Amino acid sequence: MTDRPETTDTDADTSTGTDADTDAVADPVMEMVSRPHAENFIAWSASRPEVLVLSADLTNSCEVGRWRDTYPDRFITAAMAEQNMLGVAGGLAREGFVPFIHTFAVFIYRRAYDQLAMSVAYPNLKVRMLGFLPGIVTPGGVTHQAIEDVAIMRATPNMTVLETGDATEVESMLDAVEHVDGPVYIRVLRGEVPRLFPADEPLRLGRSRLLSDGGDVAVLTAGITTEEALRARRALQRAGVGVSHVHVSTHKPFGDEIIENAVSSARCGVVTLENHTVVGGLGSAVAEYMAERGIGRRLVRLGLDDTYAHGASKAYLMREHGLDSAALVTAVESLVGERLGVTDADFASARTDAVHSEAKAEAL
Amino acid sequence: MSDAPQTSEKKTPKARAGSGGSARSARSAGSTASAKKRPAAGESTKKKQTKTAGKPANKQKKDSVERIEQIAAGVRRRVFEHVLKHDGGYLSQALSAGEIFGALYGGAMRLAPCERPLRAGAFTGVPGSTNGDYRSGDRFNGEPAPELDRFLFSPAHYALVLYAALIEVGRLDESALDEFNVDGSTLEMIGAEHSPGVATTTGSLAQALSQACGIALARRMRDEPGRTWVFMSDGEFQEGQTWEALAFASFHGLSRLRAVVDANGQQCDGAMSSVGNIEPVVERIRSFGCDAVEVDGHDAAALEAAMSEEVDKPYVIVARTDPARGLEVMARRAPLLHYVRFTSADERTDFDAAFRRMLKEAPQA
Repeated sequence: MTDRPETTDTDADTSTGTDADTDAVADPVMEMVSRPHAENFIAWSASRPEVLVLSADLTNSCEVGRWRDTYPDRFITAAMAEQNMLGVAGGLAREGFVPFIHTFAVFIYRRAYDQLAMSVAYPNLKVRMLGFLPGIVTPGGVTHQAIEDVAIMRATPNMTVLETGDATEVESMLDAVEHVDGPVYIRVLRGEVPRLFPADEPLRLGRSRLLSDGGDVAVLTAGITTEEALRARRALQRAGVGVSHVHVSTHKPFGDEIIENAVSSARCGVVTLENHTVVGGLGSAVAEYMAERGIGRRLVRLGLDDTYAHGASKAYLMREHGLDSAALVTAVESLVGERLGVTDADFASARTDAVHSEAKAEAL
Repeated sequence: MSDAPQTSEKKTPKARAGSGGSARSARSAGSTASAKKRPAAGESTKKKQTKTAGKPANKQKKDSVERIEQIAAGVRRRVFEHVLKHDGGYLSQALSAGEIFGALYGGAMRLAPCERPLRAGAFTGVPGSTNGDYRSGDRFNGEPAPELDRFLFSPAHYALVLYAALIEVGRLDESALDEFNVDGSTLEMIGAEHSPGVATTTGSLAQALSQACGIALARRMRDEPGRTWVFMSDGEFQEGQTWEALAFASFHGLSRLRAVVDANGQQCDGAMSSVGNIEPVVERIRSFGCDAVEVDGHDAAALEAAMSEEVDKPYVIVARTDPARGLEVMARRAPLLHYVRFTSADERTDFDAAFRRMLKEAPQA
């Protein structure tokens, strides 16, 4: 497809690339990190007495059980009362504390949006909202799946919006936003989390990561879809498609040089793949970005197609809703205008999470 | 897991000075000064206190009751005058809450005085990290201090009443109401936190009590003796968040949190009893583990007594009030009292006449 050499030097460091299967598709051995937020947050908080935790009955589920036991005086149980919790957070922040709300994402932006907007976002208060269970990572079903949070938080003035895609990003998200003088919302991964990016390459606010460079198609992913897109990398490479793969961790403020270069040099078009509805999230941000700069390329937005999901495994839902590597290849095929002859066997094997795991408080 | 770094810091954390854009400076955690000293709530109160020094207690009490009634009358007069001038407005709120504001600003709240009545100033934009010109309306409540009280204003459509009260106690410029609801002014019809006397943005209702919980909790963590007051309306007890906040305040033992409720029994659609019942609200509040008392919200002495009560629980004063207090022409509009807009020239004439009577009968300042 392209004569531009693909460089993969930015991504391959952690996948030691040792063991290929018998076929040519290497299954990179990925380091898995158990509960990356838990211990990191305890250490990070030691020198920051202004940091408080607010929890709404999901303390262990949000990996702050040990934090509570370590800093009992700084842990505030708000019970299952999120509207009040957002207001309490605003009050604490006005007094100079930095409250870190820990709960499932849906209970932050859906359950308590007016409070979030008026008691936290409008006054531009330094409240950190860590939203767990982004998108379809949970079998908890529609009530637990945050599928439009990025759209809503992006639309909220004063809000900074991040999404973590691996253990390194979970470990470095706190530093990345420490000096943001206003509210921050982060989609946080928990439990068994892969390390896709070297531990010494932390998440930096407003800076995306270029994981591969190629001139045919730009693929932009965020959160868990980055790991998924990496599964298709070698298959696309072998099919001769030059792919610029960009991992986005800052949804707002959106856009940097890496994104601009990738979308403006993609000859055949751009694909976004997000663990979110296609309305208002990464795909929309990329569309706005391209349109405002007159970058006339086709754009395929993969994600939940303006629909709710249901309770099932992550892998099942990713396939059902076209969030997986097969859907990505199909989108690339539509842009380059030819079938690439890629089959499931060409993808790096999918990692499946155990429903019950020491790393999770519940099967959610 | 067990070798996680332990912090040696086990004491109540103090907010670091300068942390957070809106942080009030850190206070000394060691300051346990008893809050016996009562700073004046305004220039004129200060004068009055000086004057009354040395008088017998019952005389001082009489003076403070007069003071409350005087503020209440001034609030009603200013709001009524404004409503007549502008052919409408939130009048019943001034009729019901006059004495409550008189009691709060007339002595119950320990606030630092304003040196002189402040000018409201033009709107300088919304809060945001790029708006260095933003100014909080809380400055009209005086410089905060650990031993002093805070005031959160919850039902923001009472803004006109609050502005009038601030003028009465010498915190807001006498002519400020000319800017009420004028484009580009901070004296908005439904105040936000840039409006005089307003510290939080609570126009959607029932949000101030939760924020007050956060403030009271932060202040307790710093061992501050000052109290956090919230002015509320009874309609806000229809919102679930109010009950979440009361449960939180009770569970966390926020004994320096105080709410005063203007229970005027009316809301936008009419009488509260016809829209959604909250009674028995005092018993309901008590059942949530808070202290609650019921007082006649037009009885200055009763309000003063209730507000000066020392309690060891979150404390709610339910002030029963009349939304047509002292204004027979208003009572005729019942049950639609929430917002006054004259329906006929005759009604307008009646209100004009009632206003003239009010001026004649008002206690002289």
